Amino acid sequence: MIGIHVAAVVMALVVLAPFAWLLISSVSPSAELLSPHPHWWPENPTLERYKAIFRSAPGEADVAANFRQAMVNSFIVATLTTLVSLVVGALGGYAFARLKFRFRRTSLFTFLAIYMLPPIALVIPLYLALANLDLLDTKTGLVITYCSIVTPFCLWTMSNYYLSLPADLEEAARVDGCTRLGALVRVILPLARPGLLTTGMFGFLLAWDEFLYSLIFTSTTQSKTIPVAIAEFTGKYSSDFGLIAAGGVLATVPPLVLALLFQRYIVGGLTSGAVKG
Amino acid sequence: MAGSGGGKGEGRFALLLLLPAAVVVFGVVLYPVVRTFVVSLYDITSPMPGSYPFVGLDNYVKVFQDSAFYTVLGHTMYFTLVSTFLELTLGIAVALLLNAPLKARWLWRSIVVLPWALPTIVNGALWRWIYNGQYGALNGLLDTVGISDTPVQWLGTPFLALNMVIVADVWKNTSIVVFFILAGLQTIPDDLYEAARIDGASAWRGFWRITMPLLAPAIAVVLILRTIEAFKVFDIIYVMTGGGPASGTQTVAFYTYLQAFSNQLFGYGAALAYLIVLAVFALAMAYLRLLRQGQMAGVE
Repeated sequence: MIGIHVAAVVMALVVLAPFAWLLISSVSPSAELLSPHPHWWPENPTLERYKAIFRSAPGEADVAANFRQAMVNSFIVATLTTLVSLVVGALGGYAFARLKFRFRRTSLFTFLAIYMLPPIALVIPLYLALANLDLLDTKTGLVITYCSIVTPFCLWTMSNYYLSLPADLEEAARVDGCTRLGALVRVILPLARPGLLTTGMFGFLLAWDEFLYSLIFTSTTQSKTIPVAIAEFTGKYSSDFGLIAAGGVLATVPPLVLALLFQRYIVGGLTSGAVKG
Repeated sequence: MAGSGGGKGEGRFALLLLLPAAVVVFGVVLYPVVRTFVVSLYDITSPMPGSYPFVGLDNYVKVFQDSAFYTVLGHTMYFTLVSTFLELTLGIAVALLLNAPLKARWLWRSIVVLPWALPTIVNGALWRWIYNGQYGALNGLLDTVGISDTPVQWLGTPFLALNMVIVADVWKNTSIVVFFILAGLQTIPDDLYEAARIDGASAWRGFWRITMPLLAPAIAVVLILRTIEAFKVFDIIYVMTGGGPASGTQTVAFYTYLQAFSNQLFGYGAALAYLIVLAVFALAMAYLRLLRQGQMAGVE
């Protein structure tokens, strides 16, 4: 009994130490960050970087303001992507779970295969296509692109979720005079709320984390997302980690809150579908 | 409305339900998939539109004659094998731990979720900072506990850098493996262990005779999914090392990116990209076959 608790504490330390260092770096003054011996605990903690990110005046040259704008962009893009993908995924997933039709398996596998495509294989023609449509460096362009990744994911997890619901529900609803669509909208979707929420959370995380498309398609603060803003700044000013850390902490808050809220569903919801088929 | 009607209407209703998803996905993906293949058949060497010579499969032949390709393929294989092996071993260990009768189990589980939620780019930037040769926490830690006071440039030599990137990747991605394995563990009925204990089997034997065989499907799924991800690895390389030093951390996906965007060899880059697609598809097929077997087994 003591053994497993010691092991758990060791594991927690390994997991938490890098997080702690991110947090500490974000509030340590540069002089302490750039001293030859690390200050494990900040002597003069500062919230200047967070203040700068929240308050500084917008401008292409101001990194803190860029981080803020990129966070807003990421938030808008990820939210819209999740909404669209969840709606079309919840409808299509139902067809895969409950309806018999030709090419059912083939079309499900095609969607899955697309989900697994490496973005590097599509990025060049997509870039040219978006350029033709005047959608380069726009949030709309990103949302359209991201929906093509997140939708197959939603289809797959929602279809697995419907399979876990009792099959005679629709029958009952239809006996009561509902159409198929009526049964889906009025009976099944309300019951599928936990599945919708969990799937939406994963979809949001996928969109929030995406990097390559955003790197190639965006060029200004108008549409640049937070991973790109952080990566760019890391490349240019690698020694000013304090600001990167503050941006990193803020960029981690939304996915972290979602992951903790939905933690108990992670095992039951997503993975059981993937493990059991 | 297609919504009404009996068995015959099912096909039409399915089409109606799937149409929006098909538009959203294929509307975006179809053209690039075809276009990339077409580009891979031409010797396109600039982003400008114009007429470029059709070279058939020459770009693909060139890939296999390119010694740099074999080097980056080696890095990719190494990255994939080592990171997947570590993630799986650590993932099983942590999952067993979380499945044990721990006090405040929810707390430990919440802690394990954390690295998974950390965005990949933030993770890369954080570890790059930890590894920093002058100010990094890793050298500082080694100095503080008295192991070594000579600073190491962790990302300064090719092979060491590749291994350090793997550590950063493993630290983050073991998290999701734990949750996959936990899901697998929870499908194993407790009375199996009970029976084994009555038969006098040790915990160690129980692990190899009961846990591991029953975890096999979950392990196989994790192996394939993580291998696919490792094969596509790009973000963390981009932010941690930019492929360096001396191209030591370039993977196939990163090399493809460089060929297409830095060297503007679009035809060649497209051929490389299609080879990644083939590799990923082969893995995906294996994955789907496993799932189908799982479905069969699931009908108890």
